[in-house]
Amino acid sequence: MSGPTRTPSGEETVPFTFDGTTYHARPGDTLAAALLANGVGLVGRSFKYHRPRGIMTAGIEEPNALVTVGKGGRAEPNTRATDLFVYPGMVAMSQNRWPSLSFDVASIFGLAAPALGAGFYYKTFFGPAKHWMRYEGFIRRAAGLGNAPTEPDPDNFSQRAGFCDVLVVGSGPAGLKAALEAAEAGKRVMLVEQDSAPGGSLLRDPDPAIDPAAMVDRIRALGGEVLLRTTASGYWDHNFLTLTQRLAEPGEVPPHGFAQRLWHLRAGRVILATGLIERPVPFANNDHPGVMLSQAVRSYLRRWGVLPGKRVVIATNNDDAYLTAQALVEAGADVVALLDARASGPAAPAGVTVYHDARPSSVTGRKHALRKVTAVIGGSEQSFDVDLIAVSGGFVPVSHLHMQAGGKLNWSEEAQAFVPGETPQACETIGAALAPPPAPAVAPAGKAKKSFVDFQNDVSLADIDLAWQEGYRSVEHLKRYTTLGMATDQGKTSNMVALSRLAEKQGVSVPQAGLTTFRPPFTPVTMGLLAGAGARNAGAHVRRIPLHALHEAHDPIWQPLGYWFRPRAYPVDGETLAEASLREARTVRTVAGLSDVSTLGKFEVSGPDAAALLELVCATTVGKLAVGRGRYTFMLREDGMVQDDGTVWRLAEDRYLLTSSTGGADRMAHFISYVRNSLRPDLKCSVVNVQEHYAGIALAGPKARGILAALIGAEPPRHMGYAPGVLAGVPVHVLAASYSGERAFEIHVEATHADKVWQAIEAATRAEGGAPYGLEAMELLRIEKGHVVVGGEVDGRSTPHDLGLGGMLNKVGGFIGAAGLTRPALSGPNRNNLVGLVSLDGPIPEGGMLIQRAGQSPQGHVTAAARRILEGVPIALALLQGGHRRHGEELIVTSPTRGEKARVRVTAPHFYDPAGERYRD
Amino acid sequence: MYQITCPHCGPRAQTEFTYERTTDSIVDPAAEPQTAMQALYTRANPMGLDDEIWRHTYGCRAWMVLTRHRVTHEIHAVKAIGPEALP
Repeated sequence: MSGPTRTPSGEETVPFTFDGTTYHARPGDTLAAALLANGVGLVGRSFKYHRPRGIMTAGIEEPNALVTVGKGGRAEPNTRATDLFVYPGMVAMSQNRWPSLSFDVASIFGLAAPALGAGFYYKTFFGPAKHWMRYEGFIRRAAGLGNAPTEPDPDNFSQRAGFCDVLVVGSGPAGLKAALEAAEAGKRVMLVEQDSAPGGSLLRDPDPAIDPAAMVDRIRALGGEVLLRTTASGYWDHNFLTLTQRLAEPGEVPPHGFAQRLWHLRAGRVILATGLIERPVPFANNDHPGVMLSQAVRSYLRRWGVLPGKRVVIATNNDDAYLTAQALVEAGADVVALLDARASGPAAPAGVTVYHDARPSSVTGRKHALRKVTAVIGGSEQSFDVDLIAVSGGFVPVSHLHMQAGGKLNWSEEAQAFVPGETPQACETIGAALAPPPAPAVAPAGKAKKSFVDFQNDVSLADIDLAWQEGYRSVEHLKRYTTLGMATDQGKTSNMVALSRLAEKQGVSVPQAGLTTFRPPFTPVTMGLLAGAGARNAGAHVRRIPLHALHEAHDPIWQPLGYWFRPRAYPVDGETLAEASLREARTVRTVAGLSDVSTLGKFEVSGPDAAALLELVCATTVGKLAVGRGRYTFMLREDGMVQDDGTVWRLAEDRYLLTSSTGGADRMAHFISYVRNSLRPDLKCSVVNVQEHYAGIALAGPKARGILAALIGAEPPRHMGYAPGVLAGVPVHVLAASYSGERAFEIHVEATHADKVWQAIEAATRAEGGAPYGLEAMELLRIEKGHVVVGGEVDGRSTPHDLGLGGMLNKVGGFIGAAGLTRPALSGPNRNNLVGLVSLDGPIPEGGMLIQRAGQSPQGHVTAAARRILEGVPIALALLQGGHRRHGEELIVTSPTRGEKARVRVTAPHFYDPAGERYRD
Repeated sequence: MYQITCPHCGPRAQTEFTYERTTDSIVDPAAEPQTAMQALYTRANPMGLDDEIWRHTYGCRAWMVLTRHRVTHEIHAVKAIGPEALP
């Protein structure tokens, strides 16, 4: 092409840049239309071979004209120039070229072509690994499309739920009619159109009897919703669809706050009026700028007033392309030849020479357009000097959503196309997609090597043939081996061309060759849209423990735990985490400390059958507890593995309190509810989740009993005892439980009054020389005491026996998991058992592997590492094969990832007060 | 995403519910170990209707049994279970 191909109109123009050059578009132009109007035919370089590429289509199916649009974090790579409406100041860049679009080194020297045929990377896997490393670097430099931006996306994305009686997808003649009819029948209607204007094929082939704008107004007046620039991108179960609505063009600063909106839509009925996509024609160099789909040529002529070529050849196997000939003649172009692959066709416009039994075999080109088309006509070759070839290889119904809905396809031999059939959902396809025009199969005439099928992934007919020759028979294998249909266009223009080649190779019909599955999304969806407000954590809920503000005043180090934040340590005078936690733990061991344990799971179980329910849920006995007593307990999964642990207390004759771990609280709530509702709905009991009803404060240390006695004005219960009390004027539950290994209490209080109780205990504790302690100190204390933690030692693969808890199992059985525990493998001698480790040299690396000597397979791993709180010796808890009978053995802990090692001695997991004497007063 | 008709709340999105298990994999706590493990680890998995236990966890928290078609995902029936649903 040379010079502008559009008559100046005097309309206001929209300035934009492409590769740094400023051009002008008309309002309503796509980037593709604007580039063609400015005589720009070369738009990008291809994925593997860096071949020059232009504009092939006028819609979302475009495989070639991909650009990066926008600046900084707003830049959007691989945007189709045909699906991008120009806005003032738009900045677009071509892709995959170096140093420039017109002078690309990789292309000029043909660097990529010989190495990158079908299955090239699979083949490199067969060679030595070091070769692959070399290929990889080469492939990464040579192959690719646009680059993802490195800056954060500054845009905001909205999400919305929607409901309607009838959803119509596509605003062509059939969609408009269906939507209007439904609206007139009083239905709640939504009509979505991915284009910026309603009309579909009417934008290309106007019909004076149909006025899309007026129909849209009428639908809206009847209460219907019409969304433009909105794509039904996914069709899921039960008529649930996701719609992606553009509120700004790609790369544009959003004029109304949000860049895009994701709709979660539930529709009563779905009408798919999705139309057809034209099929390209394979011949040599059919990817060159100046090769364009026939209907796209009509779109540029009639919708945008752009003449994509002045001397044109048309190649077709159907009647539709004759309309293109007509449109070109009307626009003053010279239609040099109409090549019809069929023996006969309709009447051509005056002055157009029609050749029957004629197929294009190759083209040659200049930078922005074609030079020559060579065709096989009858038995002989003939060439035409032209700048454009308009091709039509038939039509493919857009059946993506239909297939996502679980629909079946029927084969139309006449149209050589799959047509939507039945679907299990309340969904139907109407319009052109149901009736693709007749278009017979045509054998390609050009050299297979340069006849492209999948333009975006550079797959040619020769690649399909090679895959076939190398044994890839199924369409699924073909797809993966050649990467056909796997690019961002998901094979919208290539699938059927490839399938017919495969069928031809196999000597079967196309439906016998099979079809790959269409999956959401229909067109690419930006990740930010799926994240929505969650991208900035706006959607994440934060729960505050009742004492959050009180802790905040101490400026602790916070730690996320479940939904909450809990103080990890309370550093003073610039202490590090390690220093603060060690000081806090020593305070607990020597004086007393208080800690917030509000997030523990808590369940109140009451009623005459409360104990029966608890004896199902808990693997220890419960029913034998006296009123005012509690015990340690643990819960199993049905397969016998420990899932959680806690304590259970008998508050009154028929009322119990069960506690569980913070992280497992939701799982326990679900589990107990399942047991109660699904297994034993007959039990007379009620379960109330009181996790957030009560705040919990642990008070631990040698002076804890004295401090608490003064605060409640009574002797606190002895170890594992329960008593109600009043503290700072507030009723409290006092549970004498110890996680730290010291004489300790949990004081549970209604959350709204927790402040007063904490303040009173803190003041009294500090007066005795104690201090608050955080999660890190709690971890040091429990490791030294050898208490297991859910998520650490309780890792979903440990039985009670593995953890040394076997002796506490309810001997009578009847609890959940009892049957699972009888499996022979669970009592094997080499299971991972809980042990303690004492270092014989330096610190023990957390997560390290246990071995006897270097080079050996690991025999276990460290679950938690710490130091003796007062003595300083490094210790750890570990799960070790056959660990129960290996106490005294010397092993090596190694952490290759940290480059750390330690020699250790295996011990019992209780380092501190194994006899529990410190619990007694 | 399914639309499940909760017996208490009416039609709601699947995201409000959690799936528990098929009814044929309920492990009776009183069952012999052999029978219990059979129930835990084997499923009929019919290519057709199956009964599944679901809970309206992020709604009313009630439990129900769905009769669902495993190919079309069509839900044929929803039945409340739990103490309130006992005869």
